[in-house]
Amino acid sequence: MQWETVIGLEVHVQLATRSKIFSGASTAFGAEPNTQACAVDLGLPGVLPVLNEQAVAMAVQFGLAVHADIPEVSVFDRKNYFYPDLPKGYQTSQMYHPIVGAGDVEITLDDESTKRIRIHHAHLEEDAGKSLHEDFHGMTGIDLNRAGTPLLEIVSEPDMRSAKEAAAYLKAIHSIVTYLGISDGNMAEGSMRCDVNVSVRPKGQEAFGTRAEIKNVNSFRFVERAIAFEVERQIELIEDGGKVVQETRLFDPERDETRSMRTKEEANDYRYFPCPDLLPVVLDQAYLDHLRSQLPELPADKRARFQAELGLSAYDAHVLSASREMAEFFEEVQQVCGDAKQAANWVQGELSGALNRENLSIQNSPVSARQLGELINRVLDDTINGKAAKQVFQALWNGQGDSADAVIDAKGLKQVTDTGAIEVMIDQVIAESPAQVAQYRDSEPDKRGKMIGYFVGQVMKASRGTANPQQVNGLLKEKLDALL
Amino acid sequence: MHDKTVTQLAAALKSGELSSRELTSHFLQRIEKADGTLNSFITVTAEQALNQAEAADNARAAGKAGKLTGIPFALKDIFCTQGIKTSCGSKMLDNFIAPYSATVVEKLNAAGTISLGKTNMDEFAMGSSNESSYFGAVKNPWDLTAVPGGSSGGSAAAVAAGLVPAAMGTDTGGSIRQPAAFCGITGLKPTYGRVSRYGIIAYASSLDQAGPMAKSAEDCAHLLNVIAGHDVRDSTSVSRGVPDYTETLNAPLSGLKIGLPKEYFGDGLDADVEKAVLEAVKVYESLGATVREVSLPHTHYAIPAYYVIAPAEASSNLSRYDGVRFGHRCDAPADLIDLYTRSRAEGFGDEVKRRILIGTHTLSEGFFDAYYTKAQKVRRLIRQDFLDAFEDVDVLMGPASPTPAFDLGAKKDPVSMYLQDIYTIAVNLAGIPGISVPAGFSNGRPVGLQILGTHFAEAQLLNVAHQFQQATDWHLQRPAFAEEIA
Amino acid sequence: MALEESHVRRAAHLARLAVSDDQASGFVDDLSRILDMVDQLQSLDTEGVAPLAHPLDATQRLRADEVTEINQRDAFQRCAPAVENGLYLVPRVVE
Repeated sequence: MQWETVIGLEVHVQLATRSKIFSGASTAFGAEPNTQACAVDLGLPGVLPVLNEQAVAMAVQFGLAVHADIPEVSVFDRKNYFYPDLPKGYQTSQMYHPIVGAGDVEITLDDESTKRIRIHHAHLEEDAGKSLHEDFHGMTGIDLNRAGTPLLEIVSEPDMRSAKEAAAYLKAIHSIVTYLGISDGNMAEGSMRCDVNVSVRPKGQEAFGTRAEIKNVNSFRFVERAIAFEVERQIELIEDGGKVVQETRLFDPERDETRSMRTKEEANDYRYFPCPDLLPVVLDQAYLDHLRSQLPELPADKRARFQAELGLSAYDAHVLSASREMAEFFEEVQQVCGDAKQAANWVQGELSGALNRENLSIQNSPVSARQLGELINRVLDDTINGKAAKQVFQALWNGQGDSADAVIDAKGLKQVTDTGAIEVMIDQVIAESPAQVAQYRDSEPDKRGKMIGYFVGQVMKASRGTANPQQVNGLLKEKLDALL
Repeated sequence: MHDKTVTQLAAALKSGELSSRELTSHFLQRIEKADGTLNSFITVTAEQALNQAEAADNARAAGKAGKLTGIPFALKDIFCTQGIKTSCGSKMLDNFIAPYSATVVEKLNAAGTISLGKTNMDEFAMGSSNESSYFGAVKNPWDLTAVPGGSSGGSAAAVAAGLVPAAMGTDTGGSIRQPAAFCGITGLKPTYGRVSRYGIIAYASSLDQAGPMAKSAEDCAHLLNVIAGHDVRDSTSVSRGVPDYTETLNAPLSGLKIGLPKEYFGDGLDADVEKAVLEAVKVYESLGATVREVSLPHTHYAIPAYYVIAPAEASSNLSRYDGVRFGHRCDAPADLIDLYTRSRAEGFGDEVKRRILIGTHTLSEGFFDAYYTKAQKVRRLIRQDFLDAFEDVDVLMGPASPTPAFDLGAKKDPVSMYLQDIYTIAVNLAGIPGISVPAGFSNGRPVGLQILGTHFAEAQLLNVAHQFQQATDWHLQRPAFAEEIA
Repeated sequence: MALEESHVRRAAHLARLAVSDDQASGFVDDLSRILDMVDQLQSLDTEGVAPLAHPLDATQRLRADEVTEINQRDAFQRCAPAVENGLYLVPRVVE
């Protein structure tokens, strides 16, 4: 039987506020345990929440970026359950009247085709603390620093049909929230976490199959792997005559499998009801208009502009617009050198390669956008050739010089374009290579093109790479052919 | 000294006739002598009080005294007090030394008042007799076989017995007004949002409100001046100007339109209470007020609606008592579920458990709409009853409680206890202010007149109550018990 | 709506309250009487009435995004039953 996979994602995004959603405690990552858990975060008797305006603004910005309805009134509810990392015994969340209504996101697939994924809603809630299972005499330690960090939970419709689409969706959300600057999007630190709902159904069937929810899938790669495993598991189960149970499963990246969270199997009843300590949040049109006017250019718009105005390919436009930092870096390089194609090649080629090798993000690139743009300029105006350009790049990367020009001067990499000087070097190479010359002469004419490479190499070597390769090529051919 | 009002004591401090230290020592001695009998305090903070008194006297000497500087009072043990046990009447918090102070406490400290300690109360403010306290029942100083009312029973008994000039209470369904009525003192529940709830241990968040309990409306006005106002830490506190509540106390009442809700004078109302209330209304007529009957048609749905909404909120509010970060923790928990279930079973008393169970049940799947949503709709109808009535009249008057204080141990059935709050509970659902003033006696036990106003009408209520106290002397009556403390 | 012991058991479980068999029957009696009283609500027609969550028709005020709290871990953990290295300790949580 042909199976179709149906996937919906719940993405939890930690908002990059300075203070918590309902208290004035810091949200900074990595502090000593419980040093950033204030009376409100600890749920001490008598404390009360007050809503952070920045959390509201960030949620609304996200909503505007995904073309969502922003209802005039949203309400906080309590989700009641006991867990040691949940200090009050309830999580303040939004069940019935979320701050962001229905919207949509465009995702780009590997073949550069696009697809719209609908967003059901997004709501604000508080994060829980962390349980540490290292050995405390068989006890678990609770750190509540993270408790109360604002989260935006973005709930998609079940619109994705493959693991790749799910990963593309997660990347699209990641790029929107980082473009907006509402989250650092750091999945390793848990700033973005994802629950995946997966079901399968016979192709052509309209009704959804029973879904399993895979919790806390915390990287793009894991999303793909977790889904791949889960889809296979469900299909096998059904084909063997079994039934998928609606349950929560945990992805284990080490074993590359999902498994049932038996401890939570008991039916939960969260008893949602409106939080009596918080009042309805009312947002007026003027506020929405103001936030709309502050929105930056978003990834989809940037990608379209890169193609339409800068003439980039769909692929280049997609890669270069994926993160705001990458896009801004590229745009500065492009503005300095005036050549979008060259800028795109350098940023995706030499620069990305070097960044990947040293595991650096583009914000921390040792070569600035201006330096790279100026380097490209020197290639474009024939001051240096491509080979020398790579040397200059490497020197800038290593901090051996403030600018391309300085490196070129210091290393004497200026391209030799003086025909006379190149001819002197060619004559010398020919003189020193009688055997190769003889071979050249004896070859079939259509093989000679290949053999010329040896002589070009020698001349370039003699010029320490500074000779203009096109000139060397032309002059060599003339001189060698004259010997025939 | 002990039978003087806050207003009189403030004048004596100002004139230099008395020092705060003398005053504080005097009341501490009275507590020492009498509270073994009454059990109105859970914690007495004598040393801190004497230090505060000395600081108050120094401030006065330096010319830096405010109106209430040096005045002793007591706090219901529901207000968090930094460095002092804050038990909320529960075993759960018997070991809880609050690491911060409630906004109300900070305001009272800033005003230079002297806290003598923390008063007894029904556990987590759930009760109408003070009998659900982990620290034992409180006795009514008018009759030691009677309850003082609840849940602010310790505060009411302490004021009535002259152990403190005034006290702070909280009122979720009548917990200031009913004990004030039972103990023959004056107690004001302000409009919801008028006084900050920050640092007050929550029972039912959309109903809880703190207010003063004292010997006179004038004293309540002085105290409300100190504690009212917006608090940035409480989202539900209202940013609205606070008038000087003492300034309008003497406004004449001629032309005042009084409404008597016919539903407040029906079955179940004790004849003596009814008589006392109607006598009080006559006094108002003699002061120039006009009286008419009004209707609050949904009155009888108030208790059912309350016993959905309050337990629902409470069941959630009390989830934080889990034995992890503060409060009672059972010995040697076998696992996490054992830690939770045993710590909570050991830490909470029966009435608290009942309300947690009711609230959990009514919020749970399959019951939520029938109970919770329904109760919230009824809540709107109840509020509308009051708003409609206040279109026609200025204030409403009726009994604070259907009977005078009942005997200790008399009400074993929870529902019969709940029905005690028939006249007070709707006020919390509507969020309006109410005050109870002494208006007579029934077999030696005090009777309270309840006066209700529309949202933020505290100044008017205090004025109306004060004028009654200018015309009558019920509020000046003192129990023999108070006079016998040497 | 009649209350059964299973309802009380379920509520006790959700509320994490240990209830012995003896207590359970007492709670069933008490809670039944309370719910009987509450059931009077069902006789009232509330068609078209909007639920009221707060007595005042106020809206949420927002707080500026500023860090106003300082570390008070020691003070807060003084009232904690079990802490080690700044962490609150609970019996081992099985994931």
